[in-house]
Amino acid sequence: MREKLEQIQLLALNEIKHAQSMQELEQVRIKYLGKKGELTAVLRGMGALTAEERPVVGQIANEVREAIEDALGRAVEDVKHREKNARLATETIDVTIPGKAPEIGCKHPLTVVLDEIKEIFLGMGFKIAEGPEVETVFYNFDALNAPKNHPSRDLTDTFYITDEILLRTQTSPVQVRTMERMKPPIRIISPGRCFRRDTPDATHSPMFHQVEGLVVDKNITMADLKGTLDLFAKQLFGIGTKTKFRPHYFPFTEPSAEVDVSCFKCQGAGCRMCKGSGWIEILGAGMVHPNVLKVCGIDPEIYSGFAFGMGLDRIAMLKYEIDDIRLFFENDMRFIKQF
Amino acid sequence: MMFVPLKWLRQYVDIDGIDVEELSNGLVMSGSKVERVEALGEEIDKVVVGKILEIRRHSNADKLLVTKVDVGGEIIQIVTGADNIAVGHYVPIVLAGGTLPGGVKIKKGKLRGEESNGMMCSAKELGISDKVIPSYQKDGIYILDQSYPTGADIKEILEIEGHVIEFEITPNRPDCLSMLGIARETAATFHLALKYPDIKIHQEYGDVHEFASVEVRNTQLCRRYVARVATDIVIKPSPEWMQRRLMEAGVRPINNIVDITNYVMLEMGQPLHAFDLDMLAGGKIIVKEGEEGATFKTLDEVERKLDSHMLMICDGEKPVAIAGVMGGENSEVTANTKAILIESANFSADNIRFTSKKLGLRTEASVRFEKGVDPNICLAAANRACQLIEELGAGRIVKGVIDIYPEKLERKTIEVRTQRVNGLLGTTLTSEEMADILRRLEMEVIIEGEVLSVAVPTFRQDVVEEIDIVEEVARIYGFHRIGVTLPKGNSQGAKTNGQMIEDYTKILFNAVGLTEIATYSFVSPKGFDMIRFPEDSFKRRAVKLINPLGEENSIMRTTLMPNMLEVLARNYSRKVDRVKAFEIGRIFIPYDIPVDRLPIEKKALALGMYGKEVDFYTIKGVVERVFEKLGIVGIEFIPERNHPTFHPGRCANIVLENHILGVVGEVHPDVAENYGLEVRTYLGEIDFDIILQVTRLERVYKPLPKYPAITRDIALVMKDEIYVKQIEDVIRENGKPLLEKVQLFDIYKGKQIKEGYKSVAYALTYRAEDRTLTDEEVVKVHDRILAQLKEKLDAQLRD
Repeated sequence: MREKLEQIQLLALNEIKHAQSMQELEQVRIKYLGKKGELTAVLRGMGALTAEERPVVGQIANEVREAIEDALGRAVEDVKHREKNARLATETIDVTIPGKAPEIGCKHPLTVVLDEIKEIFLGMGFKIAEGPEVETVFYNFDALNAPKNHPSRDLTDTFYITDEILLRTQTSPVQVRTMERMKPPIRIISPGRCFRRDTPDATHSPMFHQVEGLVVDKNITMADLKGTLDLFAKQLFGIGTKTKFRPHYFPFTEPSAEVDVSCFKCQGAGCRMCKGSGWIEILGAGMVHPNVLKVCGIDPEIYSGFAFGMGLDRIAMLKYEIDDIRLFFENDMRFIKQF
Repeated sequence: MMFVPLKWLRQYVDIDGIDVEELSNGLVMSGSKVERVEALGEEIDKVVVGKILEIRRHSNADKLLVTKVDVGGEIIQIVTGADNIAVGHYVPIVLAGGTLPGGVKIKKGKLRGEESNGMMCSAKELGISDKVIPSYQKDGIYILDQSYPTGADIKEILEIEGHVIEFEITPNRPDCLSMLGIARETAATFHLALKYPDIKIHQEYGDVHEFASVEVRNTQLCRRYVARVATDIVIKPSPEWMQRRLMEAGVRPINNIVDITNYVMLEMGQPLHAFDLDMLAGGKIIVKEGEEGATFKTLDEVERKLDSHMLMICDGEKPVAIAGVMGGENSEVTANTKAILIESANFSADNIRFTSKKLGLRTEASVRFEKGVDPNICLAAANRACQLIEELGAGRIVKGVIDIYPEKLERKTIEVRTQRVNGLLGTTLTSEEMADILRRLEMEVIIEGEVLSVAVPTFRQDVVEEIDIVEEVARIYGFHRIGVTLPKGNSQGAKTNGQMIEDYTKILFNAVGLTEIATYSFVSPKGFDMIRFPEDSFKRRAVKLINPLGEENSIMRTTLMPNMLEVLARNYSRKVDRVKAFEIGRIFIPYDIPVDRLPIEKKALALGMYGKEVDFYTIKGVVERVFEKLGIVGIEFIPERNHPTFHPGRCANIVLENHILGVVGEVHPDVAENYGLEVRTYLGEIDFDIILQVTRLERVYKPLPKYPAITRDIALVMKDEIYVKQIEDVIRENGKPLLEKVQLFDIYKGKQIKEGYKSVAYALTYRAEDRTLTDEEVVKVHDRILAQLKEKLDAQLRD
């Protein structure tokens, strides 16, 4: 009996060793451990043994079964492992084939730049004000201290709808509307479309975009204007950006300034973009003229403020080195999708 | 624009210790914007004065001359094609190895067998602009006005050296349209003394009143009129130095008298005009408005049409000049002029602007007058002109001045609070420091503690109130010296709800694959025809521009659809094979036509797409997805068969609680054809103002299901014309409360299905929140749904 068991073990382990697949291993299991298997048959025959022999042979039989089961278990793991490796080997793909491109739409480049500008000013405590594109002469010119005979009022420069109604030439009327509606403190930017009667070419468009800003409060100074725009320039163009404020003339601010930033392509060394000067003019600014405050019902003796404005299209053109403003309004997908 | 040669400027202010870069930077920082700095004669080398000794014809070429020229210590042979030279002329000679502007280099050579060892040059070749070259120097070689040492450097002789700064003068500073104005700014900026020209006339004779009389009929439009007379006039070219200065300042030399008037204008900013006194009937000047409809020939030989608003200078019989704009041909200074009347007047800025604009005629004079000239300089300017006439030997000065100046412009005094100045600038300047700055600008300042009493010179008509003084202090003190601070106080930056939704919507459209476009707010009225809007469509009532650039941009848009179609068409024609785009922009709805008040500006959203795998359900799916994320629930797509822009069978109104939010669909083939779109195109327009109102971004968490769901598939056969929406309505209505989800997964027409019928398949998911459903529960509901589908829609379960 004992020999028989030991022989079964020997044969079983040998067959397990030579089995190549899960299928063969299963056959081995059935052959020895199945209901009609050889070991099962031996165990079934134990009834013929004596009471003394039975526990001894039983123990041996159990040991044999455990040995076979163990070996089977290990072999199954082995085969699984081999089969997995074999599958992995056949599943190699060309990872350099282009990916399946999920379709993503793009923002218009002017929106991309405007969003950046909005974020910067939101961070500085500004709100965003909007106003009509079709404006009155009063809000677009008169309230902004523009001289009655200023050439910008001419039919050759401004689009008119009636004698009193026009397409705004700047977003400054939004400032006036805001000052009329709100009491100081005021801190707003007003982005939007503007219109001037320019024939389109690479640098002119009859429709373009401005972002203007306005701060009115007690004790607002020109130093605050400088600080605000300096910080803005550093955030938009990089922390090393410098600003230069040059005296200029605008009817609705006094003192007025044009603001240059150090060229963000050459860091001020001089390049084609800044025409060798190291500086790029991007902003007009100034202290709100007392007459403008008065028109809006704000006492210039109590409050002061500053205003600034920039051309969004121009900034986007500089930033992305776009050489033709008309590209913004042609909306060629091959252009917009670059942003 | 003001061109300032530094050698001219130097006459009034000592800038010798300041290099040109420092000078221009300093002036920029005090408010005189420098457009350009030009270095004169930089590229000119080895160009000398030559005297022509001999001229003979070239034996082998009809048009060439062979000359012998004394170039100082040497006589060289030069072959030239010029025909304006004569023996004895002094001309500029480029020696072999010499260079001219534009990188021109001259070498020795032979022309048809004759040696040529240099080149005679023209004014243009010396780098003088065509615009300012005197007419008699325009063609041929530049003939120098007199003898000069041969061999002398032409740059020294013609003073082609030093720098010319081109300034952009802002409209508030007409006083800077003069050398003295810029000199004043330079003196103030660099703390230098200003030297005014010393105006003296040595010999005068007779009495001006015996020669001329002046009558000003409109003293509103002519505030001052100064006249002087000179006789024994000898017309000739002005001296080289004066011509050079005029040319460098951008003015063409004409003759000595005209040049003197221009010279004084450039120097002092006061436009002058010289009349041929013998052409003035009765020696009279009468200043009055023009005659409506009359014509007048200006000295540029153009016939001008007058009107009764234009101020004219007349003599006893006829108009002789358009005041402040241009003189007339009939009284122009000519080679035969023997006596002149010099006009130094002050005209109303508004009137000159009006006249100049109406005539389309801008001159150096009108540009100055329309910005405002100080009436107090008229006399000095007239005297300065007389001084130059005398100095240049151009004529004899008649004693006396006619000066009509009924109301003298006085200095204005402005009270300035130092605290106000410092408060606005963020500075801590003392009264004395401010006074010092203002005095440098020729203002008279009396300090009364913290208040300055400032008397402003009359050439500064832009300075009228305290804030103007604040600016003067700031710019001379230097903007760069003002501090850098941030506004104090707390302020919360935030977008409004609407701004947030708009920005979020753009992101959502990007996420579902749509690209943002931006199109003009003004459009062509033809767009309405292109999108087949009927003649009586209210959308055709648009805000019209009076002065559009062209019909294609002549009305304010009332719909974004034509813009979108144009963009799609442009991309299509450029072979972009697939476009999915959107725009959020304004439309303009007038209250009344004609427009009498501001129109309503509404925000609209346009969608457009074409390309492979794009169909009606693509554009619809985009709307559904985006609306879902915006929290807009319950929208329906109701078939719309009558929209002229769309395919009648492939168009739907987007409806929310009985309100139409917009429309989407396939573009009508006629519309597509109008735009040249040879591809199925999908379009939509939605009222974005309503979207802003119905968007709900607040969210409340819904617990995840705890109990399993049971899913049953059904396939139903029904008449083809039944809308899927009708089926789903019946299913949902009868599936409550256990029915969780209705998922359409197949629509089939064809084999096995009767003609005119279709098979529609759904997966229905049932679930209870509080327990595991039993089969019996589900069967009960499911059977009810099937029964109702049969009853209401005659939908049969497919075998």
